[in-house]
Amino acid sequence: MTAAPRTEDRRHVVVVGAGPAGLAAAGSALAAGARVTLADAAERPGGQYHRTLPEEFGGPRDGGSHFARLRRRVLDHPHCTWLAETSVWALERPDPEQPGPPRVHTLTGPADGNDRPRRVLTPDALVLAPGAHDRVLPFPGWELPGVYAAGAAQALVKGERLAVGDDVLLAGSGPFLLPVATALLTAGAGVREVLEANTPKTVAAGWTRRPWQLAAQPAKAAELARCTALLVRHRVPYRMGRTVIEARGDGRVEEAVTARLRPDWSVVPGSERTVPVDALCVTHGFTPQLELPLAAGCALLRTPAGEFVAVDADQRTTMPGVYAAGEITGIAGAPAARTEGALAGWCAAGGDPAAPALHRVRRNRERGRAFAARLAAAHPVGPAWPGWLRPETVICRCEETDYGTLRSAATDASGAAPRVIKLATRAGLGPCQARICGPTVAELTARLHSPPPGRPAEGLPPAAPHRRPLAQPIRLGELARTPDGPEPDPKESTA
Amino acid sequence: MSPRPVRTAPGAPERPLQITVDGDPVEGVAGRSIAGILLAAGRTSWRTARSGAPRGVFCGIGVCFDCVLTVNGVPDVRACRRRATDGDVVTTQTRAAADNGEAGA
Ligand SMILES: Cc1cc2nc3c(=O)[nH]c(=O)nc-3n(C[C@H](O)[C@H](O)[C@H](O)COP(=O)(O)OP(=O)(O)OC[C@H]3O[C@@H](n4cnc5c(N)ncnc54)[C@H](O)[C@@H]3O)c2cc1C
Ligand code: FES
Repeated sequence: MTAAPRTEDRRHVVVVGAGPAGLAAAGSALAAGARVTLADAAERPGGQYHRTLPEEFGGPRDGGSHFARLRRRVLDHPHCTWLAETSVWALERPDPEQPGPPRVHTLTGPADGNDRPRRVLTPDALVLAPGAHDRVLPFPGWELPGVYAAGAAQALVKGERLAVGDDVLLAGSGPFLLPVATALLTAGAGVREVLEANTPKTVAAGWTRRPWQLAAQPAKAAELARCTALLVRHRVPYRMGRTVIEARGDGRVEEAVTARLRPDWSVVPGSERTVPVDALCVTHGFTPQLELPLAAGCALLRTPAGEFVAVDADQRTTMPGVYAAGEITGIAGAPAARTEGALAGWCAAGGDPAAPALHRVRRNRERGRAFAARLAAAHPVGPAWPGWLRPETVICRCEETDYGTLRSAATDASGAAPRVIKLATRAGLGPCQARICGPTVAELTARLHSPPPGRPAEGLPPAAPHRRPLAQPIRLGELARTPDGPEPDPKESTA
Repeated sequence: MSPRPVRTAPGAPERPLQITVDGDPVEGVAGRSIAGILLAAGRTSWRTARSGAPRGVFCGIGVCFDCVLTVNGVPDVRACRRRATDGDVVTTQTRAAADNGEAGA
């Protein structure tokens, strides 16, 4: 028998993101014999789904859950380095002569601080699992304080013990509305209505085509059933084919205007209703956080639900040594993200891709994919949604670019290239760098100007809503500094 | 009504802390973000956009930059991502003042 390899001789797998996908990836990479560095911008692992309360509020209280066991197994592992509060702000590709995954640039410390230690990690393989954020379509008044992305309400309740209001309206599309309603109700907040924009026919057609595939996600189905039961118990109406088309208020949201929608999301005239609210939570699906995969050079896949990282049967991206898992490869919820992570971590660690233990993981991954396709079919964004925009409706929240300005820039033939539109209207040039408005601006300009402008300008790569040179903000002072010291050793974790 | 705190886990006594916001003391509890403390104190907005329109939390997870403010002299800190510490000196920002100090964003 040979001795087990020393930590420093093991294959080094860096995992970015410690949500369901990243944590599972770390777990299976460790099981396959690698040493793992797991980095997350948050203080605690769990990502958006397993958002644990800080210790001050009683700490993690799910001692026996699958997640709690996995968290302990990963964080306590002798070959794992856990980098809490660590943002990966850039990936640097080695020169073409030098194959291998990119170097990983990190900053550790309180968010947006100015003296955070900088480190550079050199992995043998990289697993990207940065997740997604809510997509919110614009409507008049969506910039008013008190209008939240549904995920924000969820994060505030689950992570901070804060209910966003007592007269809350939830609107948009997708099953995510249900856990948000549940969390608010459980916290004692008043939820007035939950509005699903798609009509019952669209939703039913999406979900019940190939019903056996739904049975393959029993955990998700049971969770949604529990949420629905809670709505019924609290007498919260769940209406389909209706949405919020306007928010009004003086300095903060006070009223929402809802309206009935046709299947294409055009408004049924005369169906408008004004309801008093103190908070409005909206979600129209999720946008994957693609800046790291793009920085690594990974190819994207265009699907009806948007663009995602293209991966093969082993979760390998098109770049050697770079794997992707979770919501960046498709939106299918936490169980599917976990399955993808388990497969990605194992393969990134050099584990045998044909190992019998992987059979079930692969089967579950295929089911997760099928679930993602059904989710997208059941909750599409109807093409007629721009009907509720007015010329003065804000599209880019940072730069306050309105629909009228965007429309005239896009329909002006000379200003049709995406970069020109950006410069002419400033849409996407603000602090969020188009993370929020990018998909919307891309969709609106493509529609306003047909055929879509395709020619990249000045020999640059084509403008894409997700292309950003830096994945996370970094202060100029920090950028100018040389990285601090070597890579951390296992057990030198930052938490 | 404004956003409000909900009961915490039994057996977990809250540890109070205090920050100042534009010179005014604001009570909070340890474990919350600066955004959480402001919301719990009844404030839904603390920044103004270019036009002067008020802004507060929108995405809640560090993506939209609507919630930025200055913490202990450092501008453009995302309030939803920054855990509050006792004695933090917070000042609110207008967009005009926020246009520096950050590369790439
Ligand atoms: C705000 C929000 C709340 C949600 N709440 C729920 C819920 O309650 N129930 C539900 O069923 N689904 C929820 N979802 C859906 C959720 O996205 C998925 O079901 C699941 O969490 C996805 O897992 P993941 O591992 O792919 O990504 P995530 O869970 O999103 O994990 C990604 C992790 O990567 C980290 N990260 C990202 N970029 C970087 C970087 N550059 N450097 C370092 N770290 C980085 C993030 O901090 C995060 O912890 C929520 C989504 C959002 C946006
Ligand atoms: S609320 Fe979006 S960054 Fe803080």
